[in-house]
Amino acid sequence: MSTRVAESPASLADPDELALGLPESYLSAGSTLGSWLTTTDHKRIAILYALSVTLFFFIGGVAATMVRLELFTPQADLVGADTYNKLFTLHGVIMVWFFLIPSIPTTFGNFLLPLMIGARDLAFPKLNLASWYLNVLGGLTTTAAVLAGGIDTGWTFYVPYSTTFSNTAVTVGVMGVFISGFSTIATGVNFIATTHLLRAPGMTWFRLPLFVWAMYTTSIIFVLATPVLALTLILVAAERTLGLPIFDPARGGDPILYQHLFWFYSHPAVYIMLLPGMGIVSEVITCFARRRIFGYEFMVYALVAIAVIGFFTWGHHMFTSGMSPYAALIFSFLSFVVAVPSAIKVFNWTATLYRGQVGFESPMLYVLGYIGLFTVGGLTGLFLASIPIDVHVQDTYFVVAHFHYIMVGATVSAYFAGLHFWWPKFTGRMYPETWAKFAAVLMFFGFNLTFFPQFIAGYLGMPRRYHVYPPEFQVWNVLSSSGAAVLAAAYLMPLGYLTWSLFFGARAVNDPWNASGLEWRTTSPPPRDNFFGRPAVLGKPYNYHPEGAEPVHDQPRMPSQGSLT
Amino acid sequence: MPAWLMPVAASTQAAKVDRIFIGLTLVSAVIVLLVVGLVVTFAIRFRRGSKADRGPLPEVVSREFEIGWTAATLFVFVFIFWWAASAEIGAFSPPKDALEIHVVGKQWMWKTQGSNGAREINELHVPVGVPVRLVLTSQDVIHSFYVPAFRLKRDAVPDQTTEAWFQATKTGTFQLMCSEYCGTDHARMLGRVIVMEPQDYAAWLSAQPEGDDLAHQGERLFSEKGCSGCHAPGSSVHAPSLAGIWGQAVQLDGGKLATVDAAYIRDSILQPARDIVAGYAPVMPSFKGLLSDGEIQALTAYIRSLGAGPREIRTPGVPPLSSRVPGAQPARSPAMVPGAPVLDTPAPAGPAVRP
Repeated sequence: MSTRVAESPASLADPDELALGLPESYLSAGSTLGSWLTTTDHKRIAILYALSVTLFFFIGGVAATMVRLELFTPQADLVGADTYNKLFTLHGVIMVWFFLIPSIPTTFGNFLLPLMIGARDLAFPKLNLASWYLNVLGGLTTTAAVLAGGIDTGWTFYVPYSTTFSNTAVTVGVMGVFISGFSTIATGVNFIATTHLLRAPGMTWFRLPLFVWAMYTTSIIFVLATPVLALTLILVAAERTLGLPIFDPARGGDPILYQHLFWFYSHPAVYIMLLPGMGIVSEVITCFARRRIFGYEFMVYALVAIAVIGFFTWGHHMFTSGMSPYAALIFSFLSFVVAVPSAIKVFNWTATLYRGQVGFESPMLYVLGYIGLFTVGGLTGLFLASIPIDVHVQDTYFVVAHFHYIMVGATVSAYFAGLHFWWPKFTGRMYPETWAKFAAVLMFFGFNLTFFPQFIAGYLGMPRRYHVYPPEFQVWNVLSSSGAAVLAAAYLMPLGYLTWSLFFGARAVNDPWNASGLEWRTTSPPPRDNFFGRPAVLGKPYNYHPEGAEPVHDQPRMPSQGSLT
Repeated sequence: MPAWLMPVAASTQAAKVDRIFIGLTLVSAVIVLLVVGLVVTFAIRFRRGSKADRGPLPEVVSREFEIGWTAATLFVFVFIFWWAASAEIGAFSPPKDALEIHVVGKQWMWKTQGSNGAREINELHVPVGVPVRLVLTSQDVIHSFYVPAFRLKRDAVPDQTTEAWFQATKTGTFQLMCSEYCGTDHARMLGRVIVMEPQDYAAWLSAQPEGDDLAHQGERLFSEKGCSGCHAPGSSVHAPSLAGIWGQAVQLDGGKLATVDAAYIRDSILQPARDIVAGYAPVMPSFKGLLSDGEIQALTAYIRSLGAGPREIRTPGVPPLSSRVPGAQPARSPAMVPGAPVLDTPAPAGPAVRP
């Protein structure tokens, strides 16, 4: 079913459109560089973001490759200590702030949020374009810091190392992150306003697709948490350049205060990376199980609960810092509590498959992989929430493995699931399905081979950020580095076949997956104004029932008498 | 668990941590098997085109399922929290008779000094079966004192003291590492903890070219740095006596109370104008930049050795310090003569170059 082509006009969304003539797609609205760089079309801005996050993903990926190559042996044979320190810092800073955090919201969110709620664009299209420029400016500033000699603080910029002791380009690096912070804040404001103001008639809050809910809750974290990080980093820059004694213990400052401020942002930031992926999984799994999502209301409450409780668990990053043991107990308890809504989501996705019509197209393979990786990542989070275990494995490879399972294994799987699922809508082309299935399976096994051995190395006591290590850990590092090679291949393959499909792929129909969302009720790719007329929504999302039948397209549906806009 | 999957467990805490870890691993394995099993079963049984029954679910059932597994998950998670937390609460405070070791981290070495005087670099000798309390600080950036075999980790933070304790259960040599990233040679900031039988430990201790214990050093500093000029009884300067103040609450100018602990003493030395004891003039100069972290630790140890009860301050140097110094007199070897030369830079532990 995946490679149906538009063989007849009857498969277009609405025959009435044909009589009126189809407006050109957003892609053909202008082909000059200037038309792209000055566009205020949310879909074109999404494409700009897709290009920039892909660039940063591969910059961060090259650094990761160097790190894994160096760790193949216990000695320092590929790079020396300082170079290694700069490499893992580059990997962390670029991947967290310029890939993981913007990835799903700015590409899929930008493109799909207006389509899914039946809007013509985001609430503030010019602000949206400004966000992209801020993001790229921030990314280039941080990349410039690398060219200016690199940063060696780790992505966490812990003081007093970053303020007083590091003589690398820390100031430039944190300014880059500071600038990109405004990009995410602006995106958050834009998404919140759009969700509140621009929903189509009938699109009530409890008819929103879960991806929209995920974007909405993520945006709230964007707006509430990012300013804290921005101010914290500006204080680091001020201490380095102006000598303001904020965190310097020699002048009465408190380095632990920095950790509180940093994690007050950076723990919710984990949910910035996680919630959008959960949104994608809910869209894809319903479509390929041909089933309504199990427990829609609970899925919404779970998203909101994760976003809210996630703000109160930051202290679990600091159990060994000497914080009050009673405070540690409270953070530990809340960290267990925040795992409950995540578990509910996993159970609900599983139950969604029950009595479905499960198909195994490539987006679904990525999603099935996601559920496995997210379950392992989430459960190891419980180990880290247990204070005695955390004291042992804090700052070891156990932690490294855990957050890669969540942020890379789960979120990047969801990213690729979404990329394949909506690729026909974005580009109007179909990709080669066999290659895509192969890449999905390869990614799952490559990921596990890379990161599962790190749990063992971590519990055995291998600290992170070591370029040389005791030889007894070598076997686990060799396994991990071998897995990284497989994983690299799995990440490069989509770059190849998706690019190929842009030129040689079969033309996609408007709704190649027989999906129920509003974004499929327009052409592939959509026109500048998204819809032919104003869509109206008559029912709940994921209308894949009755069982066994093709989905019914009568709700949500587009009134055929709608006027062209 | 096979040895290649579990690190050596050589402390009382290690056994507890491993129990929780194995328990949690089993619970996790059950949950992973449940989820993966259900996903695979449903995906195969309800694959597109299969003949499985696909009737609608009654709304009530799904609601009850939802509430059921929310409650079950919450129960399991809170149970694990309780289990882990109760193990932690038991380890909050060290036993009273713990051997006290001061640890200073600096780029990129560990300096340790027992309250009984033994000074080491990148090594720490401790007796087996005896609780050991670590008091950590750092001279530069944040480090973290990590001994995997003890399941022990605590950050050493500049200008703050943190504490941790352990009780070794096995003799042997165990790896000490820095686990908080601290710059270029972070990966080479290694050391060894050598756990010995008590009699071997006593022999080792007596063979050390010992200097003073910490409180004795502090006593000497107290007069060398001029503290005694004002704080000794009989001084013409009106300054509070330090005898017997440790652990007591003192009345501050402005009505607040402060408890005399390491942080209070540190602040009083470095920022004397901040908290003025009621009834005294703010005449003390700051010693910021004049005293190292180690010297402040020594002075703190001295003031603490003066005890918590009212007691006349001694003229520095003359009579021997009382047995109030941690690490009681009989445990100390006759070789520990105050004033003996101290080797400050012994060779770092372990091979100089990694194989």
